[in-house]
Amino acid sequence: MPILEVRRVSKSFGGLTAVREVDLAINQGEIMGLIGPNGAGKTTLFNLVTGIYSPCSGEILFNGTNLAALRPHEITGTGLARTFQNIRVFGQMTVLENVMIGRHCRTRAGVWGAILGFPGVKREEKETRERCLELLDFVGLNVDPDEKASNLSYGQQRQLEIARALATEPELMLLDEPAAGMNPQETREIIGLIERIRDAGKIILFIEHDMKVVMGTADRVAVLDHGVKIAEGTPKEVQGDPDVIKAYLGDESDAIA
Amino acid sequence: MLQQVVNGLTLGSTYALIALGYTMVYGVLRLINFAHGEVYMIGAFTGLMASQIPGLPFPAALLIAMAGAAVVGVAIERIAYRPLRKAPRLAALISAIGMSIFLRNLTLAVMGPQTRAFPVPFEVRHFSIGRLRINSFDVLILVTSVGLMIGLHFLVQKAKIGKAMRATAQDMETASLMGIDVNRVIAFTFAVGSALAAAAGVLIGMNFNAVEPSMGMMPGLKGFVAAVLGGVGSIPGAMIGGILLGMAEVMGVALLRSEWRDAIAFGILALVLLIKPSGIFGGNLQEKV
Repeated sequence: MPILEVRRVSKSFGGLTAVREVDLAINQGEIMGLIGPNGAGKTTLFNLVTGIYSPCSGEILFNGTNLAALRPHEITGTGLARTFQNIRVFGQMTVLENVMIGRHCRTRAGVWGAILGFPGVKREEKETRERCLELLDFVGLNVDPDEKASNLSYGQQRQLEIARALATEPELMLLDEPAAGMNPQETREIIGLIERIRDAGKIILFIEHDMKVVMGTADRVAVLDHGVKIAEGTPKEVQGDPDVIKAYLGDESDAIA
Repeated sequence: MLQQVVNGLTLGSTYALIALGYTMVYGVLRLINFAHGEVYMIGAFTGLMASQIPGLPFPAALLIAMAGAAVVGVAIERIAYRPLRKAPRLAALISAIGMSIFLRNLTLAVMGPQTRAFPVPFEVRHFSIGRLRINSFDVLILVTSVGLMIGLHFLVQKAKIGKAMRATAQDMETASLMGIDVNRVIAFTFAVGSALAAAAGVLIGMNFNAVEPSMGMMPGLKGFVAAVLGGVGSIPGAMIGGILLGMAEVMGVALLRSEWRDAIAFGILALVLLIKPSGIFGGNLQEKV
């Protein structure tokens, strides 16, 4: 029984169909890669799963729950978290605050507790703080937690986004191009981090253009092109698939013409 | 001169309380809530009615006014703005102006047009320090406003809901994807901003001993000017902008004549918009991607 099941999902914007009848299933313990040329609908698929867009048709089941009726924060609450292709940390907040925002949906303290200063609130706050510092350590981000997030380097902001997503205690992590814009050293670190996240018992679905990352970490790979899933299988199988090669390199007949 | 500084601080701190509501709402929704002056007026009426309950101490009446206005603020957002969340900002702005006119006339219909006196729940005393003269109202206004602003600072900077507010103001979509219920955060923002406006309404209503349905118009606009002066969207900006505007008005009146009061306020608005539209603290306002 797959944890996430995308069933014949379509999404169009005006006349443009960004995602067409895509099926996707991810199982416990898996790392799945999602690849495809630019504009293939990969990020749109992420936006559909996380509730930014609602599908025009089809359904998305997460542990048997249909996500289509839920709002983004409720989807996060069911155990699904993501990072972004163009980094979206809260730049005006500190590193630690960014991660603590991720814990928001997992802590109970309400407004009144904070105003009246219940003892439980203080304790919870302290636990949250410690847990978030652990997460920064886990993703390998060794910076001052009180540093403003916008002062971090690009690679560090990517790590921070992953820590923030982990703070929501997801069962499934959606990483949108985690290695984009990284140098080879940073890319190796990201591969290590993805494996550590898997070893921590999380399922991962990631979009990536860097084939070293895809081939090195993914158990299975799905390929999108023009909104349609054209292939799925192990990295080896997908690499040799003629449709995939055609999508990336163009048709031979195109080349001649 | 010192006397004018105290007067300016008193007036300015009430402008600051009103400006905070504008700026907080603008921070999360990029919308100027033009019904804010009416929330201030409704707060004053609620406080007036609460203070007529025999035996109710003044702080309790103030809290009732703040709570009442908070409910009204949340209702305004729910009815007039949330359905237009994804519409062009101009539509929401028109809705805001409509809400303002509606609330003013609703109060007019229910409460009548007459100006009501605000019963003062304590004995007004006058203090003289050298040539400086202050009375109980000045002290009450300053202490209440400063207390509320310190409370707000802690709420926004330290409390969990405050972090959620700042995150929502920076990037609503990402905040929602990190598990924050943005609708709750927005409702809370309206509640807090409205409660602050109500406090200002009660303090001013009592100070001038006058509560009436159109009393929110001018302070509402002044609060807006203060928010723009400080940099709309910035909480410290609203506080500083309010104080500066109050000072400018009081000094201007002292130097010129009292007819110049409003001209000074709106002259400042025009100047800020011409010279530095982002206001004093508006520089770090992030453009939404």
